[in-house]
Amino acid sequence: MDLALKPEHKAFADEVRAFARENLSPATREKTFSGKHYDRDDHVVWQQALGRKGWLPYTWPKKYGGPGFDVTQRFLFENVLAEEGAPRIIPFGVKMVGPVIYTFGTDEQKERFLPGIRSSDVSWCQGYSEPGAGSDLASLRTRAVLDGDHYIVNGQKTWTSYAHWGDWIFCLVRTDSEAKPQEGISFLLIDMKTPGVTVRPIIMLDGAHAVNDVFLDNVKVPVANRIGKENEGWTCAKFLLANERLGIAEVPASKRGVRSLRELNDDPSLIEKIADVDLQVQALEMSELRALSTMALGGAPGPEVSTLKVRGSEIQQRIAELAMEAVGEYAAPYQPGMLFQDTNETPVGPDHAPPAAPRYFNMRKTTIYGGSTEVQKNIVSKAILGL
Amino acid sequence: MDLSLSDEQKQLQESADRFVRDKYTFENRRKIAATDKGWLPENWAQFAELGWLAIPFSEEDGGIGFGALGTMIVMEQFGKGLVLEPFLPTVVLGGGMIASAGSAAQKESLLAPMIEGKKQFAFAWLERQSRYNLADVSLKATKEGNGWSLSGHKGVVYNAASADNIIVLARTSGGAREEKGLTLFVVDGKAKGLTRRDYPTQDALRASELTFDKVSVGADAVLGTVDAGFGVAEDAVDRAIVALCAEATGCMDAINAATLEYIKTRKQFGVPIGKFQVLQHRMVDCFTNAQEARSMTLMASLKIEDKDAVVRRKAASGAKVQIGKSGKFCGQSAVQMHGGMGVTDELSVSHYFKRLTMIDLMFGNQQHHLTRYSNLAMAA
Repeated sequence: MDLALKPEHKAFADEVRAFARENLSPATREKTFSGKHYDRDDHVVWQQALGRKGWLPYTWPKKYGGPGFDVTQRFLFENVLAEEGAPRIIPFGVKMVGPVIYTFGTDEQKERFLPGIRSSDVSWCQGYSEPGAGSDLASLRTRAVLDGDHYIVNGQKTWTSYAHWGDWIFCLVRTDSEAKPQEGISFLLIDMKTPGVTVRPIIMLDGAHAVNDVFLDNVKVPVANRIGKENEGWTCAKFLLANERLGIAEVPASKRGVRSLRELNDDPSLIEKIADVDLQVQALEMSELRALSTMALGGAPGPEVSTLKVRGSEIQQRIAELAMEAVGEYAAPYQPGMLFQDTNETPVGPDHAPPAAPRYFNMRKTTIYGGSTEVQKNIVSKAILGL
Repeated sequence: MDLSLSDEQKQLQESADRFVRDKYTFENRRKIAATDKGWLPENWAQFAELGWLAIPFSEEDGGIGFGALGTMIVMEQFGKGLVLEPFLPTVVLGGGMIASAGSAAQKESLLAPMIEGKKQFAFAWLERQSRYNLADVSLKATKEGNGWSLSGHKGVVYNAASADNIIVLARTSGGAREEKGLTLFVVDGKAKGLTRRDYPTQDALRASELTFDKVSVGADAVLGTVDAGFGVAEDAVDRAIVALCAEATGCMDAINAATLEYIKTRKQFGVPIGKFQVLQHRMVDCFTNAQEARSMTLMASLKIEDKDAVVRRKAASGAKVQIGKSGKFCGQSAVQMHGGMGVTDELSVSHYFKRLTMIDLMFGNQQHHLTRYSNLAMAA
């Protein structure tokens, strides 16, 4: 057992850092450190650069065109990119639907969809939640009715992140309404340009537009776009959620958050609170490494990743809360220009003030999305503790 | 980077686990706690035979070179059984300081017999006014011929009654609370002028108040360098902290397992109380807390061997913060979920709770180490 890095891993970290410095646009980097929102190009240009290098699907095995990183490389890759101010990789293609396709899809499906995910030429979004199916995801009601070699899909998806940027959406749909809720669901890939797909923005409490409603009105989807067997989509859904929860802890970004908190604050009433969250991040990081090491010995992430999601989201919220606490009353001026647009305006108050409160508000989502804290605890209670 | 145990480490874990299962059933522990010494010489002899007393020491020093990770492995199992044998004061603290600062002669006369199971130690640092400040030492050692004379008081000295030698942190120069001017002395447990008041602790260990009235020791009693004992003591205490964290991790596993079993079997309102979501979520929080405690203990056990003293100190303090937080959460939750049974002496749960509570107070509690960590992190 050893935490030290071997020379080849140090060299790898240097390579990742050099790549980021060369390929990450200074404007994008600046947005990361000033807390501004990214636009579509910030993500896509960066992800395409990673794609050309073969690094975008960094969690994938070589067999499917990933780089086949070991646990240490994966750890270094995520950390170095966060330190360099890279935007997080949008997970819907690379971390979610990609692994579902290479695990459950046919050879034709792999050939058709994986290249666009690896290169980031195709953007994906996730059609899981519905107005009536949040924590109780299996109660979803979007229906797909077989009509020859197509399904006709009707329903509404919601909280769909980046649907306004998406080329494709992967959807859970009901194909058997007689069966038990989990047993009548299928996993469909839908081209967003298909007639009958409409996107409506949902503006969040901080003024940001990231999520949407997606309306599906008699949308014709080829049967060839179904992953796995009909009515067995819940298996894909659960597999995807476990993968989602592993990355959702956002440890490298939280480490960056702790560093900037420390740089900005010398108020004695804050520094011990910062130390406390710093230690929480370290515990989470070590727990994540332990989970990854176990996975490296074989096997998919288990239900223990739920605890990582719970703690990871609480930590993100805590860091945002401390950043706002540090700014004090200058968190009050609402300055959307400083958040969403390129502007030469001088901010009201200190430079780091404009995003502080919006970020605090926005981060409340983290204990709700990807399975709320309460749902995660139900999972651990049932799957690990046997209660 | 590699987080898996080697085959040798796994064997050590299995043999410590077997010892605890065989020798430390709850009823057995009660009997051991009630003996004169409060621990069993036959168990200590078994530790020696199994090589456990040699775990952290290098092969040059007669050890088996398992380092802090080896200590972590056995301490975690000891925590599961609330083992009473004085491994921490003798091996981790006493043995640790002799190995790091002792002369060749001291290693031969003290460390070698300790590894064979023939000598035990205690570490006397705390005084009434010290609270968590290791440098707050007023027990004085003054020059007397070639040797020294020690006078003053030491408190809550674990294992003092059984110790063949007591390692004393004494002031040889400098003002109150100054780190410089402290010296470590090895004092015979039966030295003339040394009196003890022995007592059991909340968690069934044994400790003593010690009064030194002109206790004479030779020049060869100095461990390390005169006036420079603080660094040695601080390093040993940091290692002891990490070992305690491992013990606490074992306690948390055991107390969580007992609580989980209890809420699955205890029925109220016609169902096992574990069917209630409010208890399920609290149980999940206990599980998560223990996981975090294990992660931080592992991190600290690896980093406590680092060359950089700041890295070592931050690791020890960081882990101690987590253990304080998690130990309190698991302990209090276990008692609460056991209801009335949790506040009796009859179930193991209250005994784990007491040990976890005392571990938080040893060598600085959660708040103390948060401050220490914070100061180190800000200075970096």
